[in-house]
Amino acid sequence: MSNRWRAELGRVAAVAWKDLTAERRTRANANAVLFFSVLVLVLFGFALGPDANALRAAAPGVLWLTVLFSGVLAFNRSYQVELENGAFDVLLLYPGDRRAIFLGKLVANMAFVLVLEALVVPLAAVLYGLPLLAALPGLAAVVLLATFGLVTVGTFYGAMASRVRAREVLLPLLLFPIVIPLLVAAVEATSAVLVGDPMGEAGAWIRLLIVFDVVFFIACVLAFEHVIEE
Amino acid sequence: MADWGRGAATPDRPPAIEVEGLARRFGRRWALRGVDLRVGQGEAVALMGRNGSGKTTLLRVVATLLRPTRGHVRVAGRDVVAESAAVRERVGLMGHAPGVYDDLTAAENLRFAMRMMGRPVDEERIAEALAAVGLATEADERVRGFSAGMRRRLVLARLRLQEPDVLLLDEPYASFDAEGVERLNAFVRETVERGGAVLVATHDLARGEGVLERALVLDSGRVVQELSVTGRPGAGRGAVVP
Repeated sequence: MSNRWRAELGRVAAVAWKDLTAERRTRANANAVLFFSVLVLVLFGFALGPDANALRAAAPGVLWLTVLFSGVLAFNRSYQVELENGAFDVLLLYPGDRRAIFLGKLVANMAFVLVLEALVVPLAAVLYGLPLLAALPGLAAVVLLATFGLVTVGTFYGAMASRVRAREVLLPLLLFPIVIPLLVAAVEATSAVLVGDPMGEAGAWIRLLIVFDVVFFIACVLAFEHVIEE
Repeated sequence: MADWGRGAATPDRPPAIEVEGLARRFGRRWALRGVDLRVGQGEAVALMGRNGSGKTTLLRVVATLLRPTRGHVRVAGRDVVAESAAVRERVGLMGHAPGVYDDLTAAENLRFAMRMMGRPVDEERIAEALAAVGLATEADERVRGFSAGMRRRLVLARLRLQEPDVLLLDEPYASFDAEGVERLNAFVRETVERGGAVLVATHDLARGEGVLERALVLDSGRVVQELSVTGRPGAGRGAVVP
C-alpha cells in the first residue's frame, strides 16, 4: 500500500475514532436516540392494536421506520459536534483528501446505528412476537446491507444539511425521498426472511439493497467534496 | 489598481501569498471588491479595518475555505481553487472559533490533529507543543473545562505541530492574556524566521508589537492604505507610519 493511501486510511480511522470516542464519553446522543427508538416501537405497537397477526405483519415496516427516524437524529448530531466550536473549518483545512472525512463519519455512524439495531431488533422481536432466532442469519444480512445504504446516504445529506440554518428539518426532507427504494427493499426482505422465505423472493430484494448500496456509496464519495464547500 | 505589498518574488521563489483582483460576494452583498496584495516569504503583515471590511473573508479565501467570486489567490505559487489540496498542506489558520473538540483531552485533540495531517503521532512533540503554550499540566484534561484563552492556546499548540509555511490569524489576540500574547508572538517570530509568512487580521496592532512589519487597511472590501509598523523602542507601542 502506498504512503498516500496509508495516510488517507489513517485520516478515515482518525475521524471515526474521534466521533466514537466523543460519543462514548458523553452518551448524550446515544441515550436520546435509544429512548426515541424504544418510544417509536411502543407507540406503533399501541397504534396497531392488540391483534398479534397485525403486529407481526407490520413489524418489518415499523422496525425500519424506527431505524430511519433514529438514524436522522444520529446523522444530524454527527455534524453538530463539528459546528459547535467551529471544528468543521479546521477539519476541512487538514491536508489530504476531504473524502476521508466522509468515510470516517460513515464508519462512526455505521457503528452507532448497528449498536442501536442490536438493541432495537431484539426489543421489536419481543414487542411484536417475531421469530428472531430462526431468521437470524438472513436478517443479519438484510440489516447490514440496509444499514450501510441508509448510513451512506444519511452521512452524505447530513453534511449537506449541516451548512444551512434549518438543518434539523432539511435532513429528513432530503433523506426520506431518496431512501424509499431502500426502505421498500429492506421491509420486503425482512418480511421474507422472518417467515422463512417460502416464495424465494428475499434474494431479489437483497440484490436491490446491494445495488442501492453500491450506487449511492460511489455517488456520495464522489460528490462529498462539492457539498461541503461553502 | 494598486498592488499593495513588497513580497520580493522571483520565478523560483514566488510570494507566500499573492492576491489579484479578489472579489467575493455573499448573496447580494460584496464582502471583497477587488483586493490586490502580496505577502513575501519571511514577512508578517497585519490586516486592519472596521468590522465588515472583509478581513475574515480574505483570510478564509486564502485558506481555501471560501471560493473567490472573481480574481485569483495563490499561496506559494499554488492556486487556492485549482490546487486547494496543495495549498492546504502549507496553510495554518487560527479562526474566530477554536475548532477543538470538547470531549477529547488536550493531548487527544493534538493526536487527532497529527493523524489528520498525515503524520505519525509523536508523543514527545505533542508534550513539547503543550509545554510551549503553557498547557503541559492540562494535557490529559478534557477541553470542555477549558477557558476561551486555554482553547486558543491549544489551537496555538496545534499550529506549532503543523509548522505551516503560511500562518493566517484572525483576531488572534482576542482571548489571550499577556502571557498568551507573548507565546503567540514568539510563534509568529519563529514562523517568519524559518521563512514562513504570517497574515494577521487584527484591531489591536499594539499587541503585535515587534513582530508585524506592515499593515494593510481594508475598507469596504478593498485595500485602501498600507502602513509601516514600527515596534522599535521609543517609537511608541505599535505605532503606524503611513
